[in-house]
Amino acid sequence: MTCLPTHTDKKLGLVIDLDTCVGCQACVTACKEWNTGGHMAPLTDIDPYGGDVDGVWFNRVHSYEHTTEAGGRTVNFPRSCLHCETPACVTVCPTGASYKRASDGIVLIDESKCIGCKLCSWACPYGAREFDTDVGVMKKCTLCVDRIYNDNLAEEDRVPACVAACPTSARHFGDLGDPASAVSQLVASRGGVDLMPEMGYKPTNKYLPPRAHTERAASVAAPRLEAVKAEGGFLGWVDRMLSN
Amino acid sequence: MHPAFSVVFFTTATGAGYGLLALLGVLGGLGFIPADFWLGLIGMGLALGLIAAGLLSSAGHLGRPERAWRAFSQWRSSWLSREGVASVATFIPAGLFGLGWVFFGRTGWVTVAGLLAAIGAVVTVCTTGMIYASLKPIAQWHSRYTLPGYLIFSVMTGSVLLNSLLQAFAIGSNPVVAAALLLTLLGWGWKLATWRYNDRLEIATTANTATGLAGGTVRSLEWPHTEENYLLKEMGFRIARKHAAKLRGITQALAFALPALFLLAVLFALPWPLVAVLSVLAAIVQFAGILVERWLFFAEAKHTVTLYYGR
Repeated sequence: MTCLPTHTDKKLGLVIDLDTCVGCQACVTACKEWNTGGHMAPLTDIDPYGGDVDGVWFNRVHSYEHTTEAGGRTVNFPRSCLHCETPACVTVCPTGASYKRASDGIVLIDESKCIGCKLCSWACPYGAREFDTDVGVMKKCTLCVDRIYNDNLAEEDRVPACVAACPTSARHFGDLGDPASAVSQLVASRGGVDLMPEMGYKPTNKYLPPRAHTERAASVAAPRLEAVKAEGGFLGWVDRMLSN
Repeated sequence: MHPAFSVVFFTTATGAGYGLLALLGVLGGLGFIPADFWLGLIGMGLALGLIAAGLLSSAGHLGRPERAWRAFSQWRSSWLSREGVASVATFIPAGLFGLGWVFFGRTGWVTVAGLLAAIGAVVTVCTTGMIYASLKPIAQWHSRYTLPGYLIFSVMTGSVLLNSLLQAFAIGSNPVVAAALLLTLLGWGWKLATWRYNDRLEIATTANTATGLAGGTVRSLEWPHTEENYLLKEMGFRIARKHAAKLRGITQALAFALPALFLLAVLFALPWPLVAVLSVLAAIVQFAGILVERWLFFAEAKHTVTLYYGR
């Protein structure tokens, strides 16, 4: 049913730190690697080695130049499904293929019911859904639903592939419905924000803005090195004579 | 938004078909149009043919058309599902009305079926309009102009079609010509008002709110990919914006100005078959014009995802 649940027991989602993301694309690659064999497999690539390459990805990293009065900076910006509380992508679905889980709030697609009308991708303001032209159905981030509950994985690996891969800990996974959770605390302490709050989709995922510029930067100049002992020999004698 | 021809044709054809069906249902059902066998057969055939062709065309737009039957299930939340239910449900009274009119002449139940078909037609066009009007990420569609626009263009193209049908049977009447002319002028005015509104839109969603980066400017430095992906092909369509002014001119000429001129000429009591030729010409030219209008409706619509790409 594409009506939304009135309440979800958990609000599982991601917190993405725009301050520490270095734009290395490791999360993108890890996502593709896991999910092309996962719940929504395959993430089809069209003409992967040709000049007109296209394909399905759940996670894309943009780079922006953010210029304010305080100066400019490069911000790397990972973009994926935000698992919104009121996702129109679900309610517009005519077949019941799209749904939001009442247990954990994850937004998923039942591929076997999808007719490929693409209306859900029009309804998503964030561009989270990508159409698989080869299979003829819509695909999207599953929050690695086949990892986070997977008893065959070691407990520390039961996080989305993108979170596990991030080398700078810019991605955090947890229950954003629980104010005591580590991710909720992080959002509170760093002033995490919603993307396009004016759209009213109430995204679960939060973004931590880059930290403000600071004047308290450490001095980068190292002290000049001094000789451990006076130089001997002829050059030492010249040095001493000229220093006098 | 990418103007897929299947969808452009679908909304144009079903709009005209449902408009004609509604007018035939009301005017035929209440006896303003004679219960003639050939008029009924060709009129209802044209209306239902346009609707069926449009619906088949829209099915061609699907990735998995063999599962299209599933689209009737989610009418509680989805306007697209409601459109599917309404369009199929309308076939029942429309079919009965057509059969009754053609084979049994006009009796009580035929009138009821005609009125029910007209209600079904209006409801279906409303659901089509709401599919677009309910999409918040596309500001040009999520406006108070969209739903009335679909209804006006539907009854406008339907009335011009009805006039050409009646004129072809040499039973045209000035009130029908005048109504088609006035509706064409109303459609013209509505389209101009819609464009004026869209051109002055101040959209609250910007690259700043899209990225959560407050203040200053946010400039796209690098895309995540080198080639166009699904998002850019489907939602980042830009070709038409270059030619928007010309295409708006073509739309106005074909959809409104020329049909209005032809209908005006018909009003001035030209001899038959000249009035029939002009009336049919008005319907054909207007259909082509609405195809261009619908193409622009998509091509000029800007989806918020393009903000992520600096477009």
